[in-house]
Amino acid sequence: MDVLYFAWVRERIGHPKDRVDSAPATVMDLVEELRAREDRYAAAFSDLTVLRVAVDQELRDFDAPLTGAREVAFFPPMTGG
Amino acid sequence: MDIRVQEAPFDLGAEANAFAARQTGMGAVVTFTGIVRDLGGDLDAMEIEHYPGMTEKALRAIADEAASRWQIGDALILHRHGRLAPDEMIMMVATASRHRTDAFQAAEFLMDFLKSRAPFWKKEVTDAGADWVAARDEDEDALSRW
Repeated sequence: MDVLYFAWVRERIGHPKDRVDSAPATVMDLVEELRAREDRYAAAFSDLTVLRVAVDQELRDFDAPLTGAREVAFFPPMTGG
Repeated sequence: MDIRVQEAPFDLGAEANAFAARQTGMGAVVTFTGIVRDLGGDLDAMEIEHYPGMTEKALRAIADEAASRWQIGDALILHRHGRLAPDEMIMMVATASRHRTDAFQAAEFLMDFLKSRAPFWKKEVTDAGADWVAARDEDEDALSRW
C-alpha cells in the first residue's frame, strides 16, 4: 500500500510517500511498523492525539482495519476555510 | 453541486453571478468568502496544502450532507491551494434555496465542516519563519451544533 504524509508530518518524515509491502492488520500496526523504521518516524508518530488518519481517502480511527487498503494517509488536524 | 479545488485565483463577482444565474425557482442565494488575514502585520504569504483526490471527495460528501439536511437547490464550494498573499481570497461557498433560512444554514454548515473535515492545511510564512496553523478547539466544537 501507499502511505502518504501531509503538512508537518511530511516535513518531519522528510518525504511525502512511502511504499509498505507488509500487510499490517490495522492502522495501529502500520504505525508501529513505521515507528520502528527511523527516529524521524518515531518522532512524527510520538503523539497520535495530534494526528489524523485516512484509509483510502476516508477519515478513520487508529484501530481501523487495513484489509484491502491501497492508500493510508497521516496528517495533522485539518485547517481549511 | 459544483466542487472545485484550484490554485488559480477566482472572480467572486463572476462566480456569484454565474451561480445565481443558473438557478430556477430559488428565492435566495447566500455566498461566503474566506480571505487571507494578516493578524500580526508581518504575514508574507499563506501556503495551503491539500490531499488531491480526498479533498474533492470530502467536499462532495459535505455538500451532499448539507443537501440532505436543508432544502437547497444547488451549492458551490471553491477552495484554492498553493501560495496566497494577504487579502487574497482563499475560498468561497454559495448555496441556493427557495428560502433564505435554508440557504444561510446550509452555507454555515458547509463552512463549519470544510474547516475541519476537508484535508487542507494552512502554513503562515513571515520574516521569522513558517508555521503550520494549529486547528482550533472552537472549530471542532462548532461541528457539535449541527
